[in-house]
Formats: sequence, C-alpha cells, structure tokens
Amino acid sequence: MEDKLWKVSTSPHLSDRESIPRIMWLVAASLAPAGIGAVYFFGARAAWTIFLAVASAIATEAAIQKLRGKPITVHDGSAFVTGLLLAYNLPAEVPFWIPIIGSAFAIALGKQIFGGLGYNPMNPALLGRAFLLASWPTHMTIFRTPPRGGTISGIDVETGATPLNLLKQAQDVLHQAKVAPGEVPAQKISEAMMHISKLYESYGNLFWGKVGGCLGETSVFLLLIGAAFLLYKRYIDLRIPVGYIGSVALLTWAFGGSEGLFTGNPLFHVLAGGLVLGAFFMATDMVTSPITPRGKWIFGIGCGVITVIIRLIGGYPEGVSYSILLMNLTVPLLDRYTKPAIFGARKR
Amino acid sequence: MELRLFARRSFRGGVHPPENKSLTEHKPIEILPPPAMVVIPVQQHIGAPGKPIVQVGDTVRVGDRLTEPGGYVSVPVHASISGTVKAIEPRPHPLGTSVLSIVIEGDGQDQWSPEVQEDPNWQQLTAEEIRDRIQMAGLAGMGGAAFPTHVKLSPPPNKPIDTFILNGAECEPYLTADHRLMLEYSEEIVRGMAIMLRILRPKRAIIAIEDNKMDAVRVMREAAGKEGLNCEVVALPVKYPQGAEKQLIKALTGREVPRGGLPMDVGCLVQNVGTARAVYHAVQKRRPVVDRVVTVTGRGVAEPKNVLVRIGSSFAYVLEHCGGLRDGAARVLMGGPMMGIAQFTLDVPVVKGTSGIVVLSQEEVRERREAACIRCGRCVDACPMGLMPTAIYHLVKHKRFDEAQEYGVLDCIECGSCAYVCPAGLPLVHAMKFGKLEVSKRMRAAS
Repeated sequence: MEDKLWKVSTSPHLSDRESIPRIMWLVAASLAPAGIGAVYFFGARAAWTIFLAVASAIATEAAIQKLRGKPITVHDGSAFVTGLLLAYNLPAEVPFWIPIIGSAFAIALGKQIFGGLGYNPMNPALLGRAFLLASWPTHMTIFRTPPRGGTISGIDVETGATPLNLLKQAQDVLHQAKVAPGEVPAQKISEAMMHISKLYESYGNLFWGKVGGCLGETSVFLLLIGAAFLLYKRYIDLRIPVGYIGSVALLTWAFGGSEGLFTGNPLFHVLAGGLVLGAFFMATDMVTSPITPRGKWIFGIGCGVITVIIRLIGGYPEGVSYSILLMNLTVPLLDRYTKPAIFGARKR
Repeated sequence: MELRLFARRSFRGGVHPPENKSLTEHKPIEILPPPAMVVIPVQQHIGAPGKPIVQVGDTVRVGDRLTEPGGYVSVPVHASISGTVKAIEPRPHPLGTSVLSIVIEGDGQDQWSPEVQEDPNWQQLTAEEIRDRIQMAGLAGMGGAAFPTHVKLSPPPNKPIDTFILNGAECEPYLTADHRLMLEYSEEIVRGMAIMLRILRPKRAIIAIEDNKMDAVRVMREAAGKEGLNCEVVALPVKYPQGAEKQLIKALTGREVPRGGLPMDVGCLVQNVGTARAVYHAVQKRRPVVDRVVTVTGRGVAEPKNVLVRIGSSFAYVLEHCGGLRDGAARVLMGGPMMGIAQFTLDVPVVKGTSGIVVLSQEEVRERREAACIRCGRCVDACPMGLMPTAIYHLVKHKRFDEAQEYGVLDCIECGSCAYVCPAGLPLVHAMKFGKLEVSKRMRAAS
C-alpha cells in the first residue's frame, strides 16, 4: 500500500460544530426580537440608532485592528453584538452622534485596548453606556417619546419619567414626608401614593413593553424569547440570571416597601428597567463573567445586591449597568477562589 | 449518605460526540490471514521493556516467547507468525517513538508452538500460578492503556478489592471491537472474568456496558448466567468518557478514586472485556497474546470492518484488507478519534493496545484555526475531572508550571472532552500533555 508522510496532531481529532462566530451571530439573532420591538414601539428613529451603533462598532474594530496590524475579525460578530447592546441601552431620542461615539468608545477603550475579543475585563457595551451617561447625562436620561400604545411611565399620568424614575420620585416624596412631617403638602403625598399603587399594577405594560425606557430594555416578553433560545443553545448559564433576578426579587421584596420589611413589590422591580436585558444578555457575557459554577452564582447574586442597593438607596433609579460593570471586575478573583472540586479531592 | 434525587448513574461533565459506530457495529469479526512479515516491539505495555531471547536467524513458531520480562511490571512478547527472525532493531512504534522490535519473516506455514494447548488441569492452579501464567502470556490491558494485567490482579493485602468491574463501555466514538467481542465471544469473556474473580474474590462483580449496545447487554447477561457467574450486567447511559476507569467506578459505585490514587484505593478493579478473553486464553488454553480484534474504520477507509489480526501486522497490511484508503483520507489514528494517536506512517505495527485503526477524512477531522479564548466555560463544564482546562492552558502557555500543578494538571486524563467543545479551537489537550510532562519533570528534579 502506498504510504506517505501523514499529518499528525494531538487528540482529540473531532470537534463539535461550535465556533466563536457562530456563537456571536446566534447571540445577535437572539437579540433580534427586542430590536424589532424597539422599532415597533419607538419608530424608525430607533432603527437608525441601532444601525449607527452597530456600524460604528464594526468600523472602529476594523480600523483599530488595521492599525495594530492584526487580522480584521469583524466577521466574528462580536463587534456587532457590542453595537447592538449599546443601542439597546440608549433612549429613543438620543442625537445620532451618541450611538456613534458610544460604540467607538466601547470598542476602542472597552475592548481593543485590552487586546481585543477575550481580553476585555468589562462588558464593552456597558462601559460605552457608562461613558455616555457620565459625559452627556441629559441626552442619556431624557425619555420623551412614549412607546406605541403606551405611556412613558406605563401608567396614565402626566409625567416624562420611566417607571423606575417615577417610583423613585414618589418614594422620595414619601421619604421626605416621613423625615420632615408637615413640610410636604398632603396633596403631593397622596399623589405619590397613587403613583406607586398604579405603578405596581402596571405589570401588563411592563411585560409587553408599553413603557418608556431604553430601546431594547422595555419588552420583557421579547427579551425572554431571545433568552429562551440562548438557554436552549446553552450559550448562557441559568445560574447568572437566576442568581441575579432572584436576589433582586428577594431584596426588593424585603427592603423595597415603605411599610416595613417584606412589603416591597418584587415583581415590579424585576419587570421594570433593564433587569431582564441585563441579567440574560449582559451579565452572561462569556468574556466578562466567571467560568466556574459557583463563581456564576456569586456573580449573579452580587449583581442583584448592587442593583438593589443602587435602586433603593442610591440616587439613581436604575442600577443594572453599574452593578454588572462592578461585578465584572471581581471575575478573575471569583474564578480563582471558586475552582470546582477536582475529581477525587473531596470524598472517598 | 449522599442524597440522590435523580439516581441515574453518571459522573460529572462529559460530552456526546457523534458515535459513528454504525460503520462497523453490525459487521462480524473477520479473521485476517497471517501476514508475510510482522514487527513486534519488545515494549507494548506500560513498564520496563522486555529483553530479547532470540537472535537474528532463529526460527520461531506462533506463540514462542521472544523476550524475557524486564522486571515485575513487564510482560514478554511472542511470535505471532512462524518463520525466521530477520532483524532486531528499532522500528517506528504507534506511540510515536522508535522502539526495539523483533522482525519476523513468515514461512507461510503458520506453525504453532506445541506449548499452546488446552490445560485440562487449570482448575488446580493457585492464584499465584494463574498470575504467573497471565504475565508470561504477555497480557497488558487490551482497552488501550496496556498496563500489565498480572500487576493489576495483585492488589497489596491492605487494599482489598470488593468490587470487580468488567469494562465493556467502549465509549470512544467509531470503535466497535469490544462490542463485537461481547456479541461473538461472550462465553470466553465470561470465563476469563470467572478466573479473575477466582483469584480476587470480590463481594460484587459488574459487567458495565453503554446502553447503545443493548444486544451486548443481553448476550453478556445470558453468558454470565450460563457460566453461573454471580454478577450484575449494567447498562450505562451513553456519555463520553463513560469507559474511563475513574468515571466508570464513580458511575457504578458512587466512589471517587482519590487524586493521584488507583482504583484499588476505593476497593475497585477494572478490566477490559478483551483482556478478560485474553485471560481465558492464557490460563485455560495456554495461548499467549498473538492477535487481537481491531476496528478499522473512519470515512477514509474503503471497507470499514472489525478484524482479528496478528500482533505486529503493519497498519498498511490491515488497511489493504479493508479495501485500502479512500481519496481524502487525512488522518490515521491508533485508537479512537477522542484519544487516539495520529500516525505519520502506515509502517507501524498493530500492538496489544491497538483497539482501532481509524482513518478520518478531511471533513471529519475539522482542523481549526486557533482564536483567543472567549471564556465561554464550556471546557469547565465538559471536564469529567473537575478541572479548568482553559486556566491550565494559559498557565502552561506562560510556563507557570507551579500554578498549573495547583490547578490539577496532573489529574487530567487526556480524554479530550475540553478540546472537543472549545469554540476557539484551542489545543487544550496538547497543553495538558506538555504541562504534565513538565510538572512531573520538576517533581522528579525536586525529589
């Protein structure tokens, strides 16, 4: 039989069909329902914002890789996902230069500066958002466009605030009334209480997305469709969202009420704001979350604790972005101290 | 007591590669004629190599011993065809190195040594005599690891064996040699097992088979019943690496072999079905290991089949009897695609541990370009040993061997589950092998 010099390689000689581009593009696909929802709720302007964020992310990545003399890998879909997630974290009426600058920052200083995909310590999209929020707070916190078929707050009141904003304002009034009795007009107090009780009944609007907020965060329903797909594909691990959402629910139930322990409304806190988007799509970012089972639990719960601290005590109605960014920084430590038990190390 | 809500017998991690066993699983074992020449390496087992006791020019018959064991952890090799010793020199070995080998040119007679004959009085043998016979018949684990069988069968008195496990899991994709052996030689396997049980006297005996071979489960159950063997035949869920010793013990008994330890540390002993059959041959028939069943398969082979082939036959010879290679044949492996060793030439001999010759086509191999780790954690989930392959990979890559040791590089069983699932195509097993080598070197230097 004819012989030749055969090529050799180390085992295993098979691989499953998974690859980084495949993972990234399927993550992008899982975000499509929420994106379509954004365009439906907020109109064509949302489509432009999303397009510009994605285009800027891809262009920045390609430009920097060219400058660094590295192979251009924008086809792997990771810059696409970063641009998409950044857009989902923007209000509907931001000027068009906001998504462009935000994505450029996210890719350049959130990802490429550390060496590109796999080396970034923090979620680039969230870093981009944090940068925008710090630099142009007015553009980033004004919600004026009511979603189709709904109102910004999700309830029928004259206000320009998102559900969490409105809740914070109302709770501030009540807090003020408690600290300095008599100084707050009775009418204001009863208005605040009415807002809170109405907000707490607005689950339907929150679930379907008929509320104000950032482009991709409003419809829990559309986000869960994508999340279910990611879970089915095992691209995300249930431990992070369960730890995250579970701890937010528990803590807001325990401490979120104005009438003592366990009078809060956990369901409202879970549905409102960007928690579902953050818990399923951003905290689960592979590069910036732990790889150990126990680390994932701690990471998810840590995100939940920080989110609740910010929402209930901090001066800011949201808390998802900063909680994830802060927990991103703990990941190397978490991985180091939550190593799985090596086979045979524990028991006989 | 461990709370087990879902009492499905299993172990942590693992993967489900495509089995591709249908290429050969229904094909009865075909006996290949003795080749015109065999190359028999003096070392086909783990341990000390044997010392040749023949010289160039000597005539030998099938079953004649060619070497003296090089120590206690060593077994001899035997002539697998009759003819003349042509050369005693280093030749390529399927493990990748050159090994001193005895080359025999056949006389076409296939004359067997008169010593190879049924022993009617074998029942009178003591445990010591049985072990001796097993050693001198050249038995080394036929599952692939090739550890001398008699050593495994001699647990020290402070490590009594209470559970004997016959391993018919055959979890490697593509391979069907053990499957066919169980279907066609169940009686001989069970007899070999009975001999081992006789010298070990464990409380419990189990035959473990993956549940993609339910026909083998039935046949083995029947054979064990006929032989009057007191043992369970267990069908295990298909999951790679179910047949790895530690994972198999864990799935069957819930016990974990301690780190750096051996199955006997938890009272277990695992033997492969092919080894059991060879024990029967060695003890009852006085027939040494001169042949074995090999699965020749993969989409690079024209006619995949299971063959009974003489030890020392070249891969080229075996492949010729399987219709030769197809265009696009890209990789020749000894063993299965998950743990098999790639060969650079077909001029290597079938050895005692050759469970398969797998020729993969270009499409099956799927060579990949390395990308950066995206920390997806799939390797951590897949590792049946509870390691963090990506972490060890990076430590080894940066020559941080002390930390790699801390992360358990020495516990790696090289099953390949991590690299199989890695979306970045990282050579994780390669790093593990290198890391193990370096860490052991340092440990030896330090002691």
